[in-house]
Amino acid sequence: MNEWQGLDDLLRSDPLDPGCDAALDLMDVYLELFLADAAPERRYPGVAAHLRGCPACEEDFRGLLAAVTGA
Amino acid sequence: MGSAENEGRAGDGGRGGRSMDAESARWVRALSADGEAYEEATGRLHALLLRIAYAELNRRGSRHGITGPELDDLAHQAAADALLSITRKIGDFRGDSRFTTWAYKFVMHEVSSKLGRHFWRTAGVQLDPEAWERLPDRLGADPVRQSEARELVAALREAVDEELTERQRRVFTALAVNGVDADTLAAELGTNRNALYKTMFDARRKLRARLAANGHLPLTTARRS
Ligand SMILES: [Zn+2]
Repeated sequence: MNEWQGLDDLLRSDPLDPGCDAALDLMDVYLELFLADAAPERRYPGVAAHLRGCPACEEDFRGLLAAVTGA
Repeated sequence: MGSAENEGRAGDGGRGGRSMDAESARWVRALSADGEAYEEATGRLHALLLRIAYAELNRRGSRHGITGPELDDLAHQAAADALLSITRKIGDFRGDSRFTTWAYKFVMHEVSSKLGRHFWRTAGVQLDPEAWERLPDRLGADPVRQSEARELVAALREAVDEELTERQRRVFTALAVNGVDADTLAAELGTNRNALYKTMFDARRKLRARLAANGHLPLTTARRS
């Protein structure tokens, strides 16, 4: 049952993932690349890996996106 | 976990090496000044941060249900602590993003952390005795493959019992199995999100290795694009 994505996500440990503090440090830069459609996940694959694995930081990212775009 | 060394913000950072925009430069100048200019700037910034804190608390409103004076308290605490971080770290700001983008991320972080603390104080960390049984549903297992999913969850549960340290087990069970908010657990354990994530990371790696050794899962994560 290798295609159970939920379990796969639950046990995700991407070696590129630098953790919350490092991802937060770059989140503003990452977000502006994201808004500019400038492939932030290529420039900052570690941040992208972290946002996939950390619901708390992903939520902060969504909040920052809403704050910056006024959505 | 990996290192962010090669993902620094300096040099050819997010804005392609452009110099700081005029508005950001004005903020940096004012926040690095003394006396009246500094007071005026921190006052203006605080008002801005407070507005963002309220907006963020409202955006998350359906999940926390906090209103009235309690909401006001959280917004004010988040804005005040974000302002403190910003004025303390203004020397690190290089203009790799706009100043407001940089500043708002401190608000997000403080809102999360204040909410976590609030939940811990008011409700504590709630663990559901049925959480393991509910895991297949929570993780969106294919309903026609329930028995296979239950078998996998049983293998995972055994691995949690046998492979993890006491601390890892506690953190994994709360965050991954029960879906407890990381900042709430961090408040209970007197730690922070980053340290919990590191514990989770090590736990996940051990668990995956064990499930892979038993042929339950591939060793590497199937990456989504
Ligand atoms: Zn994180």
